[in-house]
Parts: sequence; structure tokens; C-alpha cells
Amino acid sequence: MSVVTAPAGGALLRSRPGAKGRKARNHAATALIVVAVLVALIPLVAVIGFVISRGGSVFGWQFLTQDIPVLDRDIGGGMLPAIVGTLIITGGAAAMAVPLGVLGAIYLNEYGQRRRLARVIRFLSEVMTGVPSIVMGLFIYVVWVLHFKNETAFAGSLALACLMLPIVIRTSEEILRLVPHELREGSYALGSRKVRTIRTVVLPHAAPGIVSGVLLAVARAAGETAPLLFTIGFVTSTNTSLFHGPTTALSYQIFHNATSPFVGAQDRAYGAALTLILLVFLFTALARLVTTIYTRRTSASSGA
Amino acid sequence: MTTETLARPNPTPDPERSLRGATPPPGRTSDRVFQVVTLAAGLLVLVVLALIVVATASQARAWFNAEGLSSIFSSNWDPAHHHFGAFGLLYGTLLVSFIALLFAVPTSVGIALFVTEVAPRRVRRPIVYTIDLLAAVPSVVFGLWALAELIAPLSHIYQSVSSATSGVPLLGTLFANPSGSGEAFMTAGIVVAIMITPIVTAITREVFVTCPASQKEAALALGATRWEMIRGAVFPHGRSGVVSAVMIGFGRAVGETIAVALIIGSSPRLTANIFGTGDTMASIIANEFGDASGTWRSALIGLGLVLLVLTVIIGIIARTVLARADRRLGIVAR
Amino acid sequence: MDTIPMSDTSHRTATVGSVLTRPPAEPDVAERTPLPDPAERDIVFELAGVEVRYSGVTAIEDVNLKVAAREITAFIGPSGCGKTTVLRTLNRLHDITAGAQVRGTITYHGEDLYGPRVDVAEVRRRIGMVFQKPNPFPKSIHDNVAYGPRINGRKRGEIGDLVEEALRKAALFDEVKDKLKQSALGLSGGQQQRLCIARALAVEPDVILMDEPCSALDPIATARIEDLMQELKANYTLVIVTHNMQQAARASDRTAFFTAEIDDAGRRVGRLIEFDDTEQLFTQPSDSRTEGYITGRFG
Repeated sequence: MSVVTAPAGGALLRSRPGAKGRKARNHAATALIVVAVLVALIPLVAVIGFVISRGGSVFGWQFLTQDIPVLDRDIGGGMLPAIVGTLIITGGAAAMAVPLGVLGAIYLNEYGQRRRLARVIRFLSEVMTGVPSIVMGLFIYVVWVLHFKNETAFAGSLALACLMLPIVIRTSEEILRLVPHELREGSYALGSRKVRTIRTVVLPHAAPGIVSGVLLAVARAAGETAPLLFTIGFVTSTNTSLFHGPTTALSYQIFHNATSPFVGAQDRAYGAALTLILLVFLFTALARLVTTIYTRRTSASSGA
Repeated sequence: MTTETLARPNPTPDPERSLRGATPPPGRTSDRVFQVVTLAAGLLVLVVLALIVVATASQARAWFNAEGLSSIFSSNWDPAHHHFGAFGLLYGTLLVSFIALLFAVPTSVGIALFVTEVAPRRVRRPIVYTIDLLAAVPSVVFGLWALAELIAPLSHIYQSVSSATSGVPLLGTLFANPSGSGEAFMTAGIVVAIMITPIVTAITREVFVTCPASQKEAALALGATRWEMIRGAVFPHGRSGVVSAVMIGFGRAVGETIAVALIIGSSPRLTANIFGTGDTMASIIANEFGDASGTWRSALIGLGLVLLVLTVIIGIIARTVLARADRRLGIVAR
Repeated sequence: MDTIPMSDTSHRTATVGSVLTRPPAEPDVAERTPLPDPAERDIVFELAGVEVRYSGVTAIEDVNLKVAAREITAFIGPSGCGKTTVLRTLNRLHDITAGAQVRGTITYHGEDLYGPRVDVAEVRRRIGMVFQKPNPFPKSIHDNVAYGPRINGRKRGEIGDLVEEALRKAALFDEVKDKLKQSALGLSGGQQQRLCIARALAVEPDVILMDEPCSALDPIATARIEDLMQELKANYTLVIVTHNMQQAARASDRTAFFTAEIDDAGRRVGRLIEFDDTEQLFTQPSDSRTEGYITGRFG
């Protein structure tokens, strides 16, 4: 207790009597923290293992290239229409949401900045990222499907675009904010106008980050089911048109077949799940790759 | 790209007239046009949000007119007899979300702490990427997996927990009447927990990372163990960030549709039996919309509106808390 | 513990003793009380051949010095000379820096600071630290000071008194006694730094390390901290790193001058150049590099 300490017997720095409990608590907490990581990894490993083992047995060239059997109880067949549908629907959504989202982000970061309107848009786009995807599906059902009396890939694209738009805006703005101000000033100093500066300086610098963010948004959209339930209809043969006739999608097929009592349909669900996971992970990995190359490039150039 | 701009010669400025803009850089009009275009894109968010509200509200009117306020808030959802009370579904939504948060929040905080405070620097990024991979797995795949692999073992657990606690007050009721198939509130809650863990982890991690080294060193310099340092420095610093992470996770849980639709058992009811079957607003829309028409369909769209309002409110609270936390931390940083 | 005399009794005894043995009217008594020989003092820290590496790169090497009890030892030198690095070896704060490695021996009251059975938490409790930038926790004033006693298992009933005592020792109590429940972040920079000192005192250390404690403060706040250091000296051993040579000259008893030099292998490595009584070091430095540094700055 005494503050003035004599150099007694050389045991000043050992744990004090009360420290045992503290150390035990520290170790217990560390153990729990590690357990938390493991707990989160279990379902990831389980799901991936499940999809590979169950889907792997049906997955193959045939599965990727054949039509879906008309009758659920039929065994075999493929998922080509759903793969084509997913790609068309997601591509259509990206074609709408990406340009609009990037433009919106440009407004927020380059023009609006701290203005009230920009802050409202920024805030609501953040809130909009939390709107459930099924609500987007209902919305497009009401304003599009109900109105035009048809279910098409385009209706699904619209629903997914609603989902992607706020994500693209938010991630793009974050990236644009990272563009150094000196670059813009350098361009202005040469007499460039704003639009030219944005096009030739800001966007090229931000492009890898935006591409990465967009790929993640596409990955998320490609896996969505709820927005497609009432918007795209149902087919068993390939429909390559964005605007005409109903189509189908991988996620929709999984949902449709998951509760089927027939083994054939269940197998197709597993195969479709593997296909979808591969597709989604491909986009995610691409996004990571872009990020990695980008950070390596920028850190290399700043290090030089 | 920059070099291109730099290399392009500027129009030589006429010393007398340059500032009057006699030869201005090209594109004054296109500048204006571009600004308006970007503004329009930004406004699109507001337009879409407003349209969602208007469109769903207009379709939900029929439900409202047919049922009236009191029966909307009843728990009787019975399409066969034209009863569309939403309360049981609201309850189911909140119950599933609550169970999900109960599992996901401690796990997420643990992962965030592992990544920011415990793990060696080299393994941090791989772990972040791995957890993010969990977010990339589509909801429907989780549903399919749970249906095939999870519900059967869970039903055994439910049975034994239920029989072990039967007669115990409170717990007995909570765990009574387990569903035979394993489709239950609890099952949905667990799967939703898995799905919201990445987002809750990501936000929590971002807040923990910003805890200044000076704060952590202050705690350690006082003789704190790592856990004491976390409690003394990291948690107080990240408190509001964790709150908003929980709110954002809550918003996601409320809207989780497809996986829940596959494994909750689709029986809209108000019950304390968390091992029993139930339903949520989002999942009933997914499961019944295809068969519905008339008031039924209108009621389902109305549920969508309720879902929208609920998630928007949750989102506003979460973002406000987060913004306030950012501002506070900004002051600290300065 | 309860009544710590605010002056150094042993020191006073020594003075009284010398007064008795010497003739009362010594003509040329220095204004400053001459420092006792280090051997007369307890040695708190003894550093021998200390070297610190960051990820294999040596930041400072071959540091040999002794820190005596109840004195203020100042570390001075240009930026990047490794003085803060040395300071942080004394409470083993490098343990939390990835890639940092401490070599050589450091003893604390004769005990190996880096020994196998040493409890790092106990090291840091005994050897408190005040940082360059005031870093109170985002908690109330009371809770900031109570943090240390709480983690050390002090009972609820004792905490209030401990907090008050620590705040009094840090000369802050009168300014904050009516707002103990308010956030510490509302205090001025100087008050925050004294709060951090109080927080360090509350765990009853016997050494306080200060890493440029005044560099973020205005002159008035700096003066208060310096006064406080003089008061604390009676009961604590202080080691301060400072950028400000006047501060070292004013406030410290002994001074260590560090600088970084490029060695034969082309490495930039920090070294201890000179360690002496402060007065001696500032008036008659024995090394030309020390002289260059202090005159360059004073000039």
C-alpha cells in the first residue's frame, strides 16, 4: 500500500493477490471472442459444404445447358433458362442503377456536398438501403406489373434496380470522397470546367473503387429472390428478351423447388443453389480483386 | 488520365481579355446540363421512396376499408374466412428479429473485437473477407440449407428442451408445443441471425477501429488487462456505434423474407411458444401473394407498407444515432 | 498512505545533517540544493545495453542509465531520437506494439522488468504514464479517475475517497469538485492533462512516466503542470520526455540527452549521448553534441 517502496526481496512485479480473477476474466473474454468467430464460421462452412455436396452431384454441363423440365416430378433437366434469366435481369438492373447511382453520388459529393438537399438525399439513400427487398417487389408489382398487365425480366430488373440504387449511391460517394482534393484543384488550375474535371480526373481516379462497389451490389442483387416473386412470372424454357414475356431466375427456382416433395425438383434446387453461389462469389471475388489491385497500385505510387 | 489533361495545351490566354472570359474554356452549358442531370439522379431516391409509399398505400386502401382499424390490429389472419388481422404477423416479425439479435449481436461484437483487438494483424483482413462472404450467400440458399440440414436436428433439440422444461413457469410456456418438423420462430430467428451477423459485425468493427490508440494505451498504462481495456476504452467509445449497428441489424431482420418463408412453418399466430410454427409479415407476403386476390392481396400489400414504415423508422433511428456518434467522435478526434 | 507528507523527508534529513556537520555560513552555496550522489538514492530503474527494434529495424541502442527515486529525470533530444521509445520500455508499453522488440536489461528496484514471472498489468499499475495528448476516457471526470481503482478491485466504498485524493494530488479537485459527474471531455486541455495525472495517481504507482506532457498545452497550463511535477516529486519518481529544453532545465534533476545518428552501416539509430545532473548538463556539457543541441536551441 505504501507508495514509497523499498527494494524488497525482488517480487514487486508479480501478480497481486487479486489479479488472478482479473486474469481469468481476461482469458475467458478472449476465449469467448474467439468462439464468436468460430460460431460465425460454422454456418458459412456448413452452407458452402452443403451446396457443394448436394449441388455437385447434379451440377454439370447438362445442368447448365438444358431447359427446366415442365413437370416438377421429372428427374434431370437443367437450369439454363434460370441462368439466362438471372443474368438478363441483373444486367438490366445494373444498366439502370449503376449510371443513375453514380450520377447521384457525383451530385452528392461534387455539387451538393453539405447543402440541405444533398444531406436529405444522402440520409434517405442510407435509409433506403434498409428497405426490405420484398417491398421493392411489391412496389414494382403495383406500379408496373399491375399497370401493364405483364410480367417480364424488365419488371424484375426494375425491382432489383430500386434495391441497388441506394447501395451504388452510398458506396460511390464514399469512393468519390477519397479522391484527393489536389487532383481536382490541379485540373481547375488548368482551366477545366467542373464537368471536365469530373470526367477526366475524378472518375478515372475513383473508377476501381466504384467498380468494386458496383460488383458487390450486383452480387447482392443476383442472389435476391423476393423482388422477383411477383414480377418476372415463370417459364421452363429460355427467354432471352428483357421486355417480352415472362422469364425465370436461379433464386426463384431454388425457392420454388425447395419445398417440392419431388426428388428431381429438390436436386434442381441444390444444383441451382450451387450455380447461384458460384455466380455470386464470382462477382464478390472480382470486387475484391479490383480492390486489391487498386490498393496495391495506389500504395505503390504513393510509396514511390 | 491526369496526364492527358495536363498535356493538353490550354487556349493561350489573351492578357487583356482573359479574365473577362472572351475565350472561356469550352463547356459552360454542358457544365450546367451535367449538374442538372446529376441532381435529377440524386432526386430519384426521393422520388422512388415517395412512390413506394404512395403506390403501396393506394393498393392497401382496400384492406383498410374492408377491415377497419380494429380488425387490422387483431391477430386473426384467416384468408379463407376473409379475416386479415395483422397483429400476429407483426408480433412474429418482431419475435424473429428479437431472437436473431439475441444471437447475432454478441457474436458480431465478438468478431469485431477479434478483428480489431485480438487477432494478429496479418489475419485480420482474411477474417473480414470471410465474414463478408457470409453476407454474399443469398437468403434463399440459407433457406434451402436450413430446410434440408437444420430443421431436423433442431426439432430434436426443441423436443428435449420442451420436455425438460415442461411445468417450469415461464420457460415451460416459452418452450411448449414444439413444432414436429423443426419449422419454428426459433429456427427462423437462428437463420436470420446468421444473415444479419455480417452487417452488424461490419458496422461494429468500423466503430471499434476508430477507438484512438491513445485511449487504449491510457487504459493499459493503468494496468488494465486487454479485456479491461476493451471495457474501459473500446466499449464507451463504440457504444452508440454498436447501438446503431443493432438497429441496422434489426431493420435487416425485420425485412428478411425468403429464408424465413421457407422455415417458419407459415402459421400466423400470436403465441409465446418460440419452438412452435409462426409467420412474419415479409414471409407471408412471399408465401401467399401468388394465390391472393382482392382484399387478401390488398392486405398483403398493406403488410408491405407496414414493413416499409417500420424499416424506415428503424433506419432513421439507426442513422441518427450513428451520425451523432460520428459527430461526437469527430470532436474527440479534433 | 493516508497522510503523505508533501515534502521529501529523507531529503530534508540529509540537508539537516549536512547543515549540522558543516559550518553554518558556507559562502558559496549554490542556489539550487546540490543533488545527492545517485548512490545515496534508491535506484528505481537501471537500464543496461537497452535496444529497441521495430520490425527488426533498430530505433535506439546501447542505452545505459539509472533513474533515482523521487527525482525528476528528463529525456531530451531532437525528434526521432528515440526518447519516447526508451520511455515506453519502462512500463512495457511496447508489448502492445506489433513488431516491437526490447533487448538488454531493465531492472526496476533491482528486479528484471522483463522477467518471466512479471505481471505486465502490475508493472503498469506501479509505473504510471501520462501521454503527450491528454487522453481522458469519454466518461465522467469521476469515472475517469475511478477506472484504475475499479479494475484493481477496490471496493465501492473506497472509490469516492480515492478519487478525491487523486484529484487533490493532481491539483484539480477544487476546479472540478462540483462537476465530477460531467464528461471529462468538457474540461480544458490543461485540466484534462491534470485529470490524466490524477487517473494515473489513483492506482497508487511509485513512478510516473510523462511523454511530453505539456506539448499540447498553452504556457499557463504548462506552468501548472510543471508546478505539479515539483509537488509530486516528493512522493513519486518522475521520468519526463520533453521537447522543450527550458522545461527540462527548469523542472528536472537529471537529464539524459539522446540523439539519432547515421552509423557506419548507414542505419539511423538513436543513442544516449550524455546523462548528468541537469545543471551540469546544461552549463557544462561534456559532449560537443549536447552542447550543440542546447546552444542551438537557446541561441
